[in-house]
Amino acid sequence: MFNDLILTLQDANTQWVLFGTILLGVASGVLGSFALLRKQSLIGDAMAHAALPGICLAFLLYGTKSIGWFLVGAALSGLLATYFIQVIINHSRIKEDTAIGLVLSVFFGFGIVLLTKIAQSENGNQSGLDDFIFGQAASLVGNDVRVISGVAVVLLIVTWLLFKELKLFTFDRQFAQGIGLPTGLLNGLLMALIVSAVVIGLQAVGVILMAAMLITPAISARYWTDRLDRMVIVAGTIGALSGMLGTLLSSMANRLPTGPVIVLSATVIFLISLIFAPNRGLVSKGLKLYRIRKIVARETVLQTMYDLSEEASITNKKLLFSKEELLTRRKMAVRKLDSNLKRLEKEGYVQRKEDLWYLTESGGYEAHEIVLNNRLFEIYTMYEMKFASLQFATNDVWDYKHIGSSTLHELEQLMAVHERTPKLEPKYFGEGETLRKKKSSQRAEKRKKEVKSL
Amino acid sequence: MSYGTWIMLTGSLVGVSCGIIGCFLILRKMAMLADAISHTVLLGIVLAYLVSHSLEGIYMLVGAGIIGLLTAFLVQVLHSSGVQSDAAIGVVFTSLFAFGVILLSAFAGKVHLDVNHALMGEITFIPWNTLTIGGMDLGPSAVWMLGTVLIINLILIFLFYKEIKISSFDPAMATAIGIPVMFIHYLLMSMVSITTVASFDSVGAILVVAMLIVPGATAYLLTDKLLAMLIISAVIGVISAIGGYYAALVWNISISGSMASIAGLIFAATFILSPRYGLLSKLLARKSLITE
Repeated sequence: MFNDLILTLQDANTQWVLFGTILLGVASGVLGSFALLRKQSLIGDAMAHAALPGICLAFLLYGTKSIGWFLVGAALSGLLATYFIQVIINHSRIKEDTAIGLVLSVFFGFGIVLLTKIAQSENGNQSGLDDFIFGQAASLVGNDVRVISGVAVVLLIVTWLLFKELKLFTFDRQFAQGIGLPTGLLNGLLMALIVSAVVIGLQAVGVILMAAMLITPAISARYWTDRLDRMVIVAGTIGALSGMLGTLLSSMANRLPTGPVIVLSATVIFLISLIFAPNRGLVSKGLKLYRIRKIVARETVLQTMYDLSEEASITNKKLLFSKEELLTRRKMAVRKLDSNLKRLEKEGYVQRKEDLWYLTESGGYEAHEIVLNNRLFEIYTMYEMKFASLQFATNDVWDYKHIGSSTLHELEQLMAVHERTPKLEPKYFGEGETLRKKKSSQRAEKRKKEVKSL
Repeated sequence: MSYGTWIMLTGSLVGVSCGIIGCFLILRKMAMLADAISHTVLLGIVLAYLVSHSLEGIYMLVGAGIIGLLTAFLVQVLHSSGVQSDAAIGVVFTSLFAFGVILLSAFAGKVHLDVNHALMGEITFIPWNTLTIGGMDLGPSAVWMLGTVLIINLILIFLFYKEIKISSFDPAMATAIGIPVMFIHYLLMSMVSITTVASFDSVGAILVVAMLIVPGATAYLLTDKLLAMLIISAVIGVISAIGGYYAALVWNISISGSMASIAGLIFAATFILSPRYGLLSKLLARKSLITE
């Protein structure tokens, strides 16, 4: 295995191909990030398909296979396709996805017409043209690689120089226009950059799979960071990595075509990012969700106990509740309730008398806090517009202790109006006896203390 | 029937089935999902061949149907786990397609399928590949397959017309009144898959996309009524098929490619000349506003 790798690496041709695919991966990863953030990933797909008639026309006009002219032809027809897509979207009621699919398929169909025409012509030496459909990285020669890497380097330099402008344009086009950036020009430039990245990739990965080179590294990078500069670097690295992996794997296993292997390597990296990336990955999201569910279940049990106690205290019943009562008040899986009660018992917040459960005094404090917090939140949602100054976002954690005292006072007043103030003070919890009994026993204790002090 | 008639019949059947399904795709803004499915169907065909070792139509239909649904499902899964929809489509179809190509070249010796054929189709060979039952020659098998798929599609659309219509125009309302929107979505996706695979052999992957999207988009510029749109779209599908065939005869070029090109030309003409939504009528309307 390792020897194979060394042997493969020593092959001069493989070195060329490797160099080409890595640079291609970097360039398409970087530019793909911009396309992705502008939600235009599939335009890259359209450009790639649309390059075919351009390549064929270049061949018909020039007469022989020449990478330079192919690139020019492909770039021109790719840009023309992008222009058509924009025109169709802007001047008719056809939506973006339809416009992309339409232009893509018609251009490609026309390309196939030209391809058959070339096949019949005198100098039908079109073997090189078929390569553009599926890509034939192994057929890259020194000259091709020089062109590819030259273009890739130019693309990277242009992106680096105009990074600030492109960034602004990508995230907030209106603002960019407002401060006087030539947005029309930038749009055209970005399209031209993407077309060039597509065009240099055609020979290596082919018309159909080129879209993956733009999309997959960029979307994988999106999982690792929220900053554009880092995303661009990560996407470039992932692109390079998949280019390298794909080239090496396919040259070691003889029959595998390079383009698809590169794409599948990128897909594997994407899956790894999707599952394992910190913060955004499925695993870390799942863990977060699990933690939140645990907290919510615990709070729900405490809150239900409190609600029931509050009601019971009005009619002066004992503050003791069966599991069935808890479940009818708030539905919950029985096993979940059991485990939460057990946990709360360990924490000292609830205790049981045979089959009945009650809040201890410390449990009373905890439950009171939770109920107060949740009821204040209820009031806030009722009067959301009134408290817009809090600037509370949907995913923020609501905690009444972080709210200013005057706002809190207002909220409390409204809570009183709606009769949602938690009425049962924590000190009245204890052994689960009725409120009257607890009060009288507390009074008795107080008297005892007074007597003692006297 | 003569050789040319069979080809035109095949092309027209492709045009009608794709044209009808395409209208719904356009209205539901799922044109690119259809593009994705038309690519991944390749994987379905290769897998079906590797499992069944035959190129019988029914295995292909089943394999492609499964992979088509898988494509729609994977896109849905990625989308609901936070990937933006265009990227989700892009990632899924390119990787499945790449996998298909790799399988195809790994088993290249054994599979009687070549990629160019799959992409561009070979409608020229259709009339020779005939269906014979009990020694009787019943005409090209592709025609039978396309006909069957067309009838299945028509029956499904007829049965679920109201549901498809409501969920295409107003998914929120459809959900609210209890239409199983997800079921309709996957129903349409399986219709797209089997239509794609039936058309695949004769016209190839890319032309299927052209036939799915272009006639529907053209019809969309001509009418506001769904039924009219379906009919116009089917008619345009047929016109591009027949026109494409004659153009291919005259210039001696790929039939499928020229069908796509003719469809594109019809769209371009409509885009400029359509009485209600065309460029020209819009310009005229603007001018008359200015002179007033």
